[in-house]
Amino acid sequence: MAKVYDAGVKDYRETYWMPDYTPKETDILACFKITPQDGVPREEVAAAVAAESSTGTWTTVWTDLLTDLDHYKGRCYAIEDVPGDDTCFYGFVAYPIDLFEEGSVVNVMTSLVGNVFGFKALRALRLEDIRFPIAYVMTCNGPPQGIQLERDILNKYGRPLLGCTIKPKLGLSAKNYGRACYEGLRGGLDFTKDDENVNSQPFMRWRARFDFVQEAIQKAEAETGERKGHYLNVTAPTSDEMMKRAEYAKEIGSPIIMHDYITGGWAANTQLAQWCQDNGMLLHIHRAMHAVLDRNPHHGIHFRVLTKILRLSGGDHLHSGTVVGKLEGDRDATLGWIDIMRDSYIKEDRSRGIFFDQDWGSMPGVIPVASGGIHVWHMPALVNIFGDDSVLQFGGGTLGHPWGNAAGAAANRVAVEACVEARNTGRELEKEGKDILTTAAKHSPELAIAMETWKEIKFEFDTVDKIDAAHK
Amino acid sequence: MQDYQSSLGNAESRKFETFSYLPTMNADQIREQVQYIIDKGWNPSVEHTEPQHAAGSYWYMWKLPMFGETEVDAILQEIENCHTAHPGNHVRLLGLDNFAQCAGTSMVIYRGKTV
Repeated sequence: MAKVYDAGVKDYRETYWMPDYTPKETDILACFKITPQDGVPREEVAAAVAAESSTGTWTTVWTDLLTDLDHYKGRCYAIEDVPGDDTCFYGFVAYPIDLFEEGSVVNVMTSLVGNVFGFKALRALRLEDIRFPIAYVMTCNGPPQGIQLERDILNKYGRPLLGCTIKPKLGLSAKNYGRACYEGLRGGLDFTKDDENVNSQPFMRWRARFDFVQEAIQKAEAETGERKGHYLNVTAPTSDEMMKRAEYAKEIGSPIIMHDYITGGWAANTQLAQWCQDNGMLLHIHRAMHAVLDRNPHHGIHFRVLTKILRLSGGDHLHSGTVVGKLEGDRDATLGWIDIMRDSYIKEDRSRGIFFDQDWGSMPGVIPVASGGIHVWHMPALVNIFGDDSVLQFGGGTLGHPWGNAAGAAANRVAVEACVEARNTGRELEKEGKDILTTAAKHSPELAIAMETWKEIKFEFDTVDKIDAAHK
Repeated sequence: MQDYQSSLGNAESRKFETFSYLPTMNADQIREQVQYIIDKGWNPSVEHTEPQHAAGSYWYMWKLPMFGETEVDAILQEIENCHTAHPGNHVRLLGLDNFAQCAGTSMVIYRGKTV
Protein backbone atom coordinates (compact mmCIF):
# COMPACT_ATOMS: atom_id res chain seq x y z
CA MET A 1 0.00 0.00 0.00
CA ALA A 2 1.31 3.47 -0.86
CA LYS A 3 2.51 5.69 1.96
CA VAL A 4 0.65 8.80 2.99
CA TYR A 5 2.28 12.22 3.43
CA ASP A 6 2.28 13.29 7.06
CA ALA A 7 4.04 16.63 7.55
CA GLY A 8 5.98 17.29 10.75
CA VAL A 9 8.98 16.06 12.68
CA LYS A 10 9.46 12.35 13.32
CA ASP A 11 12.08 10.73 15.51
CA TYR A 12 15.00 9.69 13.33
CA ARG A 13 14.93 6.23 14.87
CA GLU A 14 11.52 5.47 13.37
CA THR A 15 13.09 5.48 9.93
CA TYR A 16 16.86 5.05 10.35
CA TRP A 17 17.38 2.66 13.31
CA MET A 18 17.13 -0.89 11.96
CA PRO A 19 18.73 -3.34 14.41
CA ASP A 20 17.40 -6.33 12.43
CA TYR A 21 19.02 -5.22 9.17
CA THR A 22 21.68 -7.54 7.72
CA PRO A 23 24.20 -5.51 5.71
CA LYS A 24 24.51 -6.45 2.05
CA GLU A 25 27.79 -7.41 0.41
CA THR A 26 27.53 -4.27 -1.68
CA ASP A 27 26.78 -1.83 1.16
CA ILE A 28 29.34 0.72 2.21
CA LEU A 29 29.65 0.25 5.99
CA ALA A 30 30.85 2.85 8.46
CA CYS A 31 31.70 2.75 12.13
CA PHE A 32 31.26 6.05 13.96
CA LYS A 33 32.32 6.80 17.51
CA ILE A 34 29.41 8.91 18.70
CA THR A 35 29.49 11.24 21.72
CA PRO A 36 25.89 12.46 22.24
CA GLN A 37 24.74 15.52 24.09
CA ASP A 38 23.41 14.72 27.56
CA GLY A 39 20.00 13.13 27.63
CA VAL A 40 19.78 12.08 23.96
CA PRO A 41 19.06 8.33 23.65
CA ARG A 42 21.70 6.27 21.83
CA GLU A 43 19.33 4.86 19.21
CA GLU A 44 18.00 8.31 18.34
CA VAL A 45 21.39 9.96 17.92
CA ALA A 46 22.81 6.98 16.03
CA ALA A 47 19.83 7.02 13.69
CA ALA A 48 20.35 10.76 13.24
CA VAL A 49 23.94 10.12 12.18
CA ALA A 50 22.72 7.60 9.59
CA ALA A 51 20.04 9.98 8.36
CA GLU A 52 22.11 13.15 8.18
CA SER A 53 24.94 11.35 6.37
CA SER A 54 22.56 9.91 3.76
CA THR A 55 19.02 10.80 2.72
CA GLY A 56 17.50 12.43 5.75
CA THR A 57 16.80 15.92 6.96
CA TRP A 58 15.22 17.27 10.15
CA THR A 59 11.62 17.16 8.98
CA THR A 60 9.43 15.03 6.77
CA VAL A 61 9.25 16.35 3.18
CA TRP A 62 6.63 15.42 0.58
CA THR A 63 9.30 14.63 -2.02
CA ASP A 64 10.37 11.64 0.10
CA LEU A 65 7.29 9.97 -1.33
CA LEU A 66 8.44 10.42 -4.94
CA THR A 67 11.23 7.92 -4.39
CA ASP A 68 11.84 4.59 -2.73
CA LEU A 69 13.47 5.87 0.41
CA ASP A 70 13.89 2.35 1.77
CA HIS A 71 16.22 1.65 -1.15
CA TYR A 72 18.40 4.72 -0.71
CA LYS A 73 18.49 5.48 3.00
CA GLY A 74 21.51 4.84 5.20
CA ARG A 75 20.57 2.84 8.26
CA CYS A 76 22.11 2.30 11.65
CA TYR A 77 22.12 -1.46 12.23
CA ALA A 78 24.17 -1.85 15.42
CA ILE A 79 25.33 -0.02 18.54
CA GLU A 80 28.20 -1.10 20.78
CA ASP A 81 29.90 0.18 23.90
CA VAL A 82 33.34 1.73 23.51
CA PRO A 83 35.70 -0.24 25.79
CA GLY A 84 36.87 1.91 28.67
CA ASP A 85 34.86 5.03 27.76
CA ASP A 86 31.28 5.66 28.91
CA THR A 87 30.96 9.06 27.22
CA CYS A 88 30.55 7.59 23.76
CA PHE A 89 29.50 4.49 21.81
CA TYR A 90 30.04 2.95 18.38
CA GLY A 91 27.27 3.25 15.81
CA PHE A 92 27.44 1.07 12.69
CA VAL A 93 25.77 2.44 9.58
CA ALA A 94 25.12 0.71 6.24
CA TYR A 95 24.80 2.81 3.08
CA PRO A 96 23.42 1.37 -0.18
CA ILE A 97 26.08 1.57 -2.92
CA ASP A 98 23.61 3.45 -5.14
CA LEU A 99 24.01 6.52 -2.94
CA PHE A 100 27.47 7.19 -4.34
CA GLU A 101 29.05 8.17 -7.63
CA GLU A 102 31.41 5.49 -8.93
CA GLY A 103 35.13 6.11 -8.44
CA SER A 104 34.63 9.18 -6.24
CA VAL A 105 36.07 9.26 -2.76
CA VAL A 106 35.06 12.91 -2.87
CA ASN A 107 31.40 11.95 -3.12
CA VAL A 108 31.57 9.21 -0.47
CA MET A 109 33.26 11.45 2.05
CA THR A 110 31.03 14.43 1.33
CA SER A 111 28.15 12.25 2.54
CA LEU A 112 29.81 10.38 5.39
CA VAL A 113 31.68 13.28 6.99
CA GLY A 114 29.56 16.12 5.66
CA ASN A 115 26.89 18.09 7.54
CA VAL A 116 26.53 15.33 10.10
CA PHE A 117 29.73 16.39 11.89
CA GLY A 118 28.16 19.71 12.84
CA PHE A 119 24.91 18.19 14.05
CA LYS A 120 23.87 19.84 17.32
CA ALA A 121 22.66 16.68 19.09
CA LEU A 122 26.25 15.45 18.96
CA ARG A 123 28.95 16.59 21.29
CA ALA A 124 31.54 14.91 19.08
CA LEU A 125 31.72 12.41 16.23
CA ARG A 126 34.54 10.33 14.83
CA LEU A 127 34.57 8.17 11.72
CA GLU A 128 36.56 5.15 12.89
CA ASP A 129 36.47 2.91 9.82
CA ILE A 130 34.75 2.33 6.47
CA ARG A 131 34.23 -0.98 4.69
CA PHE A 132 34.37 -0.32 0.97
CA PRO A 133 32.71 -3.25 -0.83
CA ILE A 134 34.72 -4.80 -3.65
CA ALA A 135 31.99 -3.59 -6.01
CA TYR A 136 32.93 0.00 -5.14
CA VAL A 137 36.69 -0.65 -5.01
CA MET A 138 36.50 -1.85 -8.61
CA THR A 139 35.22 1.56 -9.72
CA CYS A 140 38.31 3.34 -8.41
CA ASN A 141 41.62 3.67 -10.22
CA GLY A 142 43.85 3.16 -7.19
CA PRO A 143 47.65 3.37 -6.96
CA PRO A 144 49.26 4.32 -10.29
CA GLN A 145 51.93 1.60 -10.32
CA GLY A 146 51.83 -0.42 -7.10
CA ILE A 147 54.54 -1.97 -4.98
CA GLN A 148 55.81 -4.71 -7.30
CA LEU A 149 55.98 -2.50 -10.36
CA GLU A 150 57.83 0.18 -8.39
CA ARG A 151 60.44 -2.42 -7.39
CA ASP A 152 60.84 -3.51 -11.00
CA ILE A 153 61.07 0.08 -12.26
CA LEU A 154 63.71 0.95 -9.68
CA ASN A 155 65.49 -2.44 -9.47
CA LYS A 156 65.19 -2.61 -5.65
CA TYR A 157 64.58 -6.03 -4.14
CA GLY A 158 64.70 -7.64 -0.73
CA ARG A 159 65.06 -4.58 1.46
CA PRO A 160 63.25 -1.40 2.52
CA LEU A 161 63.89 1.64 0.34
CA LEU A 162 65.77 4.58 1.82
CA GLY A 163 64.83 8.22 1.54
CA CYS A 164 65.70 11.63 2.92
CA THR A 165 63.67 14.80 3.17
CA ILE A 166 65.82 17.78 2.29
CA LYS A 167 66.27 20.29 5.12
CA PRO A 168 65.95 23.13 5.90
CA LYS A 169 62.52 22.57 4.46
CA LEU A 170 62.22 26.15 3.29
CA GLY A 171 64.68 28.78 2.12
CA LEU A 172 67.31 26.99 0.04
CA SER A 173 68.08 28.14 -3.50
CA ALA A 174 67.50 25.63 -6.30
CA LYS A 175 71.19 24.96 -6.85
CA ASN A 176 71.98 24.50 -3.17
CA TYR A 177 68.93 22.28 -2.83
CA GLY A 178 70.10 20.10 -5.73
CA ARG A 179 73.49 19.81 -4.01
CA ALA A 180 71.84 18.42 -0.89
CA CYS A 181 69.97 15.88 -3.03
CA TYR A 182 73.09 14.84 -4.92
CA GLU A 183 75.07 14.27 -1.73
CA GLY A 184 72.37 12.07 -0.24
CA LEU A 185 71.86 10.04 -3.39
CA ARG A 186 75.55 9.40 -4.05
CA GLY A 187 75.88 8.20 -0.46
CA GLY A 188 73.43 5.37 -1.05
CA LEU A 189 69.87 6.66 -0.77
CA ASP A 190 67.22 5.53 -3.23
CA PHE A 191 65.21 8.74 -2.93
CA THR A 192 65.41 12.29 -1.77
CA LYS A 193 62.24 14.25 -1.11
CA ASP A 194 60.70 17.67 -1.30
CA ASP A 195 59.13 18.63 1.97
CA GLU A 196 55.37 18.99 1.96
CA ASN A 197 55.41 22.78 1.91
CA VAL A 198 57.99 23.08 -0.85
CA ASN A 199 55.85 24.15 -3.82
CA SER A 200 57.06 27.15 -5.82
CA GLN A 201 58.03 29.95 -3.49
CA PRO A 202 60.04 33.04 -4.41
CA PHE A 203 63.27 31.60 -2.95
CA MET A 204 63.01 28.53 -5.21
CA ARG A 205 60.58 28.34 -8.10
CA TRP A 206 59.49 24.86 -9.09
CA ARG A 207 61.08 24.73 -12.49
CA ALA A 208 64.56 25.65 -11.32
CA ARG A 209 64.27 23.07 -8.55
CA PHE A 210 63.19 20.34 -10.98
CA ASP A 211 66.12 21.05 -13.31
CA PHE A 212 68.84 21.08 -10.65
CA VAL A 213 67.44 18.05 -8.84
CA GLN A 214 67.25 16.04 -12.05
CA GLU A 215 70.92 16.79 -12.74
CA ALA A 216 71.68 15.58 -9.21
CA ILE A 217 69.81 12.30 -9.80
CA GLN A 218 71.52 11.63 -13.10
CA LYS A 219 75.00 12.20 -11.74
CA ALA A 220 74.36 10.06 -8.66
CA GLU A 221 73.00 7.26 -10.85
CA ALA A 222 76.07 7.33 -13.08
CA GLU A 223 78.36 7.40 -10.06
CA THR A 224 76.74 4.55 -8.11
CA GLY A 225 75.29 2.47 -10.93
CA GLU A 226 71.96 2.36 -9.04
CA ARG A 227 68.56 3.79 -9.99
CA LYS A 228 67.42 6.80 -7.98
CA GLY A 229 64.68 9.37 -7.73
CA HIS A 230 63.52 12.54 -6.03
CA TYR A 231 59.89 13.17 -5.12
CA LEU A 232 59.23 16.37 -7.04
CA ASN A 233 56.31 18.00 -5.22
CA VAL A 234 53.79 19.12 -7.83
CA THR A 235 51.24 20.36 -5.27
CA ALA A 236 50.05 23.70 -6.64
CA PRO A 237 47.39 26.39 -6.18
CA THR A 238 45.27 24.98 -9.03
CA SER A 239 45.06 21.54 -10.57
CA ASP A 240 45.96 23.00 -13.98
CA GLU A 241 49.20 24.25 -12.49
CA MET A 242 49.75 20.88 -10.76
CA MET A 243 49.40 19.07 -14.09
CA LYS A 244 51.81 21.49 -15.77
CA ARG A 245 54.48 20.68 -13.19
CA ALA A 246 53.79 16.95 -13.47
CA GLU A 247 54.20 17.07 -17.24
CA TYR A 248 57.52 18.85 -16.89
CA ALA A 249 58.78 16.30 -14.35
CA LYS A 250 58.02 13.56 -16.84
CA GLU A 251 59.65 15.50 -19.68
CA ILE A 252 62.99 15.74 -17.88
CA GLY A 253 62.97 12.06 -16.94
CA SER A 254 62.02 12.07 -13.25
CA PRO A 255 60.61 8.67 -12.23
CA ILE A 256 58.49 9.99 -9.37
CA ILE A 257 56.45 13.02 -8.35
CA MET A 258 54.70 13.95 -5.14
CA HIS A 259 51.40 15.37 -3.92
CA ASP A 260 49.92 16.57 -0.61
CA TYR A 261 46.64 14.71 -0.92
CA ILE A 262 44.72 16.35 1.92
CA THR A 263 45.65 20.02 1.49
CA GLY A 264 45.79 19.60 -2.30
CA GLY A 265 42.39 17.94 -2.32
CA TRP A 266 41.11 14.52 -3.24
CA ALA A 267 39.75 15.49 -6.66
CA ALA A 268 43.15 16.84 -7.68
CA ASN A 269 44.82 13.75 -6.22
CA THR A 270 42.61 11.33 -8.12
CA GLN A 271 43.26 13.26 -11.33
CA LEU A 272 47.00 13.21 -10.75
CA ALA A 273 47.05 9.50 -9.89
CA GLN A 274 45.21 8.64 -13.09
CA TRP A 275 47.68 10.74 -15.07
CA CYS A 276 50.60 9.00 -13.35
CA GLN A 277 49.23 5.62 -14.34
CA ASP A 278 48.82 6.76 -17.93
CA ASN A 279 52.31 8.23 -18.01
CA GLY A 280 54.39 5.64 -16.15
CA MET A 281 55.13 7.90 -13.18
CA LEU A 282 55.35 6.89 -9.53
CA LEU A 283 53.37 9.01 -7.06
CA HIS A 284 54.53 9.78 -3.52
CA ILE A 285 51.84 11.06 -1.17
CA HIS A 286 52.35 13.29 1.84
CA ARG A 287 49.60 13.58 4.46
CA ALA A 288 50.03 17.15 5.76
CA MET A 289 46.94 18.21 7.79
CA HIS A 290 46.02 14.62 8.68
CA ALA A 291 46.59 15.19 12.41
CA VAL A 292 43.97 17.94 12.39
CA LEU A 293 41.48 15.28 11.36
CA ASP A 294 42.73 12.14 13.03
CA ARG A 295 44.44 12.88 16.34
CA ASN A 296 41.47 13.61 18.61
CA PRO A 297 40.14 10.25 19.90
CA HIS A 298 36.54 11.57 20.00
CA HIS A 299 36.20 13.74 16.92
CA GLY A 300 37.29 13.66 13.32
CA ILE A 301 38.34 10.94 10.90
CA HIS A 302 40.64 8.10 11.90
CA PHE A 303 43.82 7.75 9.85
CA ARG A 304 42.85 4.21 8.78
CA VAL A 305 39.97 5.84 6.90
CA LEU A 306 42.28 8.43 5.33
CA THR A 307 44.51 5.51 4.31
CA LYS A 308 41.64 3.80 2.51
CA ILE A 309 40.71 7.09 0.83
CA LEU A 310 44.23 7.41 -0.51
CA ARG A 311 44.44 3.82 -1.75
CA LEU A 312 41.21 4.37 -3.70
CA SER A 313 42.15 7.85 -4.93
CA GLY A 314 45.64 6.70 -5.89
CA GLY A 315 49.22 6.94 -4.65
CA ASP A 316 52.23 4.63 -4.57
CA HIS A 317 53.70 5.86 -1.26
CA LEU A 318 51.90 7.19 1.81
CA HIS A 319 53.34 8.48 5.06
CA SER A 320 52.30 6.13 7.84
CA GLY A 321 54.08 7.33 10.96
CA THR A 322 57.12 5.57 12.38
CA VAL A 323 55.95 4.27 15.79
CA VAL A 324 59.45 5.06 17.08
CA GLY A 325 60.19 8.61 15.87
CA LYS A 326 59.11 12.13 16.83
CA LEU A 327 55.50 11.94 15.57
CA GLU A 328 52.39 10.41 17.13
CA GLY A 329 51.43 6.81 16.29
CA ASP A 330 50.23 3.89 18.42
CA ARG A 331 52.09 0.70 17.43
CA ASP A 332 49.14 -1.67 17.03
CA ALA A 333 47.03 0.90 15.23
CA THR A 334 49.94 1.72 12.91
CA LEU A 335 50.41 -1.97 12.09
CA GLY A 336 46.70 -2.02 11.24
CA TRP A 337 46.81 0.79 8.72
CA ILE A 338 50.09 -0.46 7.21
CA ASP A 339 48.20 -3.68 6.38
CA ILE A 340 45.37 -1.58 4.94
CA MET A 341 47.91 0.06 2.63
CA ARG A 342 49.68 -3.07 1.42
CA ASP A 343 47.54 -6.22 1.72
CA SER A 344 44.83 -7.44 -0.62
CA TYR A 345 42.51 -8.67 2.16
CA ILE A 346 42.47 -7.41 5.75
CA LYS A 347 40.41 -9.17 8.42
CA GLU A 348 38.50 -7.36 11.15
CA ASP A 349 40.82 -7.03 14.14
CA ARG A 350 39.67 -4.83 17.01
CA SER A 351 43.06 -5.13 18.74
CA ARG A 352 44.42 -3.04 15.86
CA GLY A 353 41.34 -0.87 15.48
CA ILE A 354 40.10 -2.57 12.32
CA PHE A 355 36.29 -2.79 12.46
CA PHE A 356 35.55 -4.50 9.14
CA ASP A 357 36.96 -7.06 6.74
CA GLN A 358 38.30 -5.13 3.74
CA ASP A 359 38.73 -6.77 0.34
CA TRP A 360 40.85 -4.80 -2.14
CA GLY A 361 40.68 -7.45 -4.86
CA SER A 362 43.52 -6.93 -7.29
CA MET A 363 43.94 -3.21 -6.55
CA PRO A 364 47.72 -2.59 -6.11
CA GLY A 365 49.11 -1.74 -2.69
CA VAL A 366 50.67 1.43 -1.34
CA ILE A 367 54.15 1.52 0.22
CA PRO A 368 54.11 2.94 3.75
CA VAL A 369 56.65 5.70 4.37
CA ALA A 370 58.19 5.96 7.83
CA SER A 371 59.39 9.52 8.26
CA GLY A 372 59.85 11.92 11.16
CA GLY A 373 62.59 12.03 13.76
CA ILE A 374 64.24 8.70 12.99
CA HIS A 375 67.96 7.88 12.90
CA VAL A 376 70.25 4.86 12.63
CA TRP A 377 69.51 3.60 16.13
CA HIS A 378 65.87 3.14 15.09
CA MET A 379 66.82 1.02 12.08
CA PRO A 380 66.46 -2.45 13.68
CA ALA A 381 62.97 -1.61 14.99
CA LEU A 382 61.94 0.00 11.71
CA VAL A 383 63.01 -3.00 9.62
CA ASN A 384 61.17 -5.28 12.04
CA ILE A 385 57.98 -3.20 12.12
CA PHE A 386 57.76 -2.25 8.46
CA GLY A 387 59.45 -5.13 6.62
CA ASP A 388 60.81 -4.82 3.09
CA ASP A 389 57.86 -3.09 1.43
CA SER A 390 58.46 0.32 2.97
CA VAL A 391 60.37 3.54 2.55
CA LEU A 392 62.43 4.53 5.60
CA GLN A 393 63.04 8.22 5.44
CA PHE A 394 65.73 9.97 7.43
CA GLY A 395 65.83 13.75 7.07
CA GLY A 396 67.77 15.09 10.02
CA GLY A 397 69.12 11.55 10.39
CA THR A 398 70.93 11.95 7.04
CA LEU A 399 71.65 15.67 6.78
CA GLY A 400 72.66 15.97 10.41
CA HIS A 401 75.62 13.61 10.08
CA PRO A 402 78.84 15.32 11.22
CA TRP A 403 80.54 14.61 7.89
CA GLY A 404 77.63 15.67 5.69
CA ASN A 405 74.82 13.89 3.96
CA ALA A 406 76.77 11.55 1.67
CA ALA A 407 78.24 10.05 4.83
CA GLY A 408 74.85 10.21 6.55
CA ALA A 409 73.25 8.37 3.66
CA ALA A 410 75.97 5.72 3.64
CA ALA A 411 75.51 5.18 7.38
CA ASN A 412 71.80 4.54 6.90
CA ARG A 413 72.37 2.29 3.90
CA VAL A 414 74.93 0.17 5.76
CA ALA A 415 72.58 -0.01 8.75
CA VAL A 416 69.54 -1.10 6.74
CA GLU A 417 71.49 -3.75 4.85
CA ALA A 418 73.04 -5.07 8.05
CA CYS A 419 69.58 -5.35 9.61
CA VAL A 420 68.15 -7.13 6.56
CA GLU A 421 71.06 -9.55 6.45
CA ALA A 422 70.66 -10.32 10.16
CA ARG A 423 66.88 -10.70 9.88
CA ASN A 424 67.28 -13.13 6.97
CA THR A 425 69.47 -15.35 9.13
CA GLY A 426 66.79 -15.47 11.81
CA ARG A 427 68.14 -12.93 14.30
CA GLU A 428 65.70 -10.86 16.37
CA LEU A 429 66.30 -7.28 15.33
CA GLU A 430 64.74 -5.45 18.26
CA LYS A 431 66.64 -7.56 20.81
CA GLU A 432 69.98 -7.73 19.02
CA GLY A 433 69.89 -4.39 17.26
CA LYS A 434 72.76 -2.83 19.13
CA ASP A 435 75.04 -5.78 18.43
CA ILE A 436 74.07 -5.89 14.74
CA LEU A 437 74.76 -2.18 14.24
CA THR A 438 77.97 -2.23 16.27
CA THR A 439 79.33 -5.09 14.16
CA ALA A 440 78.37 -3.31 10.92
CA ALA A 441 80.01 -0.10 12.11
CA LYS A 442 83.40 -1.83 12.29
CA HIS A 443 83.46 -1.69 8.49
CA SER A 444 81.77 1.70 8.16
CA PRO A 445 83.26 4.77 9.82
CA GLU A 446 80.21 6.69 8.58
CA LEU A 447 77.90 4.43 10.59
CA ALA A 448 80.17 4.49 13.63
CA ILE A 449 80.09 8.29 13.86
CA ALA A 450 76.33 8.39 13.22
CA MET A 451 75.76 5.99 16.11
CA GLU A 452 77.92 8.16 18.33
CA THR A 453 76.07 11.34 17.31
CA TRP A 454 72.51 10.14 17.94
CA LYS A 455 72.94 7.65 20.77
CA GLU A 456 71.05 9.74 23.33
CA ILE A 457 68.10 10.91 21.23
CA LYS A 458 64.75 9.43 22.15
CA PHE A 459 61.14 10.52 21.68
CA GLU A 460 59.37 8.86 24.58
CA PHE A 461 56.02 10.57 24.96
CA ASP A 462 52.73 8.79 25.54
CA THR A 463 50.45 8.40 22.52
CA VAL A 464 47.36 10.65 22.58
CA ASP A 465 45.20 8.52 20.31
CA LYS A 466 45.25 4.90 21.47
CA ILE A 467 43.24 1.84 20.55
CA ASP A 468 40.05 1.84 22.64
CA ALA A 469 40.61 -0.68 25.44
CA ALA A 470 38.90 -1.45 28.73
CA HIS A 471 42.01 -0.92 30.87
CA LYS A 472 42.24 2.82 30.26
CA MET B 1 85.93 14.61 9.41
CA GLN B 2 86.40 12.24 6.49
CA ASP B 3 85.91 12.81 2.76
CA TYR B 4 83.30 10.58 1.14
CA GLN B 5 85.20 8.53 -1.43
CA SER B 6 83.07 8.20 -4.54
CA SER B 7 83.42 9.47 -8.09
CA LEU B 8 82.48 8.93 -11.70
CA GLY B 9 86.11 8.21 -12.52
CA ASN B 10 86.57 5.45 -9.96
CA ALA B 11 84.81 2.22 -10.91
CA GLU B 12 85.00 1.10 -7.27
CA SER B 13 82.22 3.60 -6.59
CA ARG B 14 79.67 1.45 -8.48
CA LYS B 15 77.24 -0.34 -6.21
CA PHE B 16 75.10 -3.43 -6.71
CA GLU B 17 71.89 -2.83 -4.76
CA THR B 18 71.04 -5.03 -1.76
CA PHE B 19 74.05 -5.95 0.42
CA SER B 20 76.52 -4.03 -1.75
CA TYR B 21 77.22 -1.57 1.09
CA LEU B 22 78.35 -4.42 3.35
CA PRO B 23 81.71 -6.20 3.20
CA THR B 24 81.80 -9.09 0.71
CA MET B 25 80.06 -12.07 2.28
CA ASN B 26 81.98 -15.23 3.07
CA ALA B 27 80.74 -18.69 2.03
CA ASP B 28 78.83 -19.28 5.25
CA GLN B 29 77.06 -15.93 5.04
CA ILE B 30 76.03 -16.61 1.43
CA ARG B 31 74.68 -20.02 2.47
CA GLU B 32 72.45 -18.34 5.06
CA GLN B 33 71.01 -15.93 2.50
CA VAL B 34 70.35 -18.81 0.07
CA GLN B 35 68.59 -20.66 2.87
CA TYR B 36 66.43 -17.56 3.46
CA ILE B 37 65.24 -17.67 -0.17
CA ILE B 38 64.34 -21.35 0.25
CA ASP B 39 62.56 -20.72 3.54
CA LYS B 40 60.47 -17.98 1.98
CA GLY B 41 59.29 -20.46 -0.69
CA TRP B 42 60.78 -18.39 -3.48
CA ASN B 43 62.24 -19.84 -6.68
CA PRO B 44 66.02 -19.33 -6.95
CA SER B 45 67.20 -17.89 -10.24
CA VAL B 46 70.79 -17.23 -11.38
CA GLU B 47 71.48 -14.37 -13.81
CA HIS B 48 74.65 -12.83 -15.23
CA THR B 49 75.75 -9.91 -17.40
CA GLU B 50 78.74 -8.20 -18.90
CA PRO B 51 79.65 -5.38 -16.47
CA GLN B 52 79.10 -2.67 -19.09
CA HIS B 53 75.46 -3.77 -19.49
CA ALA B 54 74.60 -4.10 -15.80
CA ALA B 55 72.21 -1.13 -15.75
CA GLY B 56 69.39 -2.78 -17.71
CA SER B 57 66.45 -4.70 -16.26
CA TYR B 58 67.37 -7.92 -18.05
CA TRP B 59 70.52 -9.87 -17.37
CA TYR B 60 71.05 -13.25 -19.03
CA MET B 61 69.32 -16.13 -17.28
CA TRP B 62 71.67 -18.96 -16.40
CA LYS B 63 69.36 -21.82 -17.43
CA LEU B 64 65.76 -21.59 -16.20
CA PRO B 65 64.87 -20.50 -12.65
CA MET B 66 65.34 -23.44 -10.24
CA PHE B 67 61.64 -24.01 -9.57
CA GLY B 68 61.04 -25.90 -6.36
CA GLU B 69 64.76 -26.31 -5.55
CA THR B 70 65.30 -26.58 -1.79
CA GLU B 71 68.94 -27.75 -1.57
CA VAL B 72 71.36 -24.95 -0.75
CA ASP B 73 74.26 -26.89 -2.29
CA ALA B 74 72.44 -27.37 -5.59
CA ILE B 75 71.83 -23.62 -5.81
CA LEU B 76 75.40 -22.73 -4.89
CA GLN B 77 76.63 -25.21 -7.51
CA GLU B 78 74.67 -23.45 -10.27
CA ILE B 79 76.07 -20.09 -9.18
CA GLU B 80 79.56 -21.64 -9.48
CA ASN B 81 78.75 -23.15 -12.87
CA CYS B 82 77.57 -19.77 -14.15
CA HIS B 83 80.67 -18.04 -12.81
CA THR B 84 82.99 -20.66 -14.35
CA ALA B 85 81.33 -20.28 -17.73
CA HIS B 86 81.37 -16.45 -17.55
CA PRO B 87 84.28 -15.51 -15.28
CA GLY B 88 84.29 -11.84 -16.33
CA ASN B 89 80.59 -11.27 -15.67
CA HIS B 90 78.56 -10.13 -12.70
CA VAL B 91 76.49 -13.02 -11.30
CA ARG B 92 73.39 -12.48 -9.16
CA LEU B 93 70.97 -14.72 -7.32
CA LEU B 94 67.30 -13.80 -7.20
CA GLY B 95 64.43 -15.29 -5.22
CA LEU B 96 61.37 -15.11 -7.45
CA ASP B 97 58.06 -14.74 -5.62
CA ASN B 98 55.39 -16.05 -7.98
CA PHE B 99 52.55 -14.76 -5.80
CA ALA B 100 53.83 -11.18 -5.78
CA GLN B 101 54.95 -11.67 -9.40
CA CYS B 102 58.15 -9.92 -8.48
CA ALA B 103 61.59 -10.83 -7.17
CA GLY B 104 61.47 -11.12 -3.38
CA THR B 105 65.17 -10.47 -3.16
CA SER B 106 68.29 -10.18 -5.30
CA MET B 107 71.99 -10.16 -4.46
CA VAL B 108 75.12 -9.98 -6.58
CA ILE B 109 77.43 -12.89 -5.67
CA TYR B 110 80.29 -12.45 -8.16
CA ARG B 111 81.43 -9.13 -9.53
CA GLY B 112 83.24 -8.84 -12.83
CA LYS B 113 85.52 -5.87 -13.44
CA THR B 114 83.22 -2.90 -12.93
CA VAL B 115 83.16 -0.03 -15.40
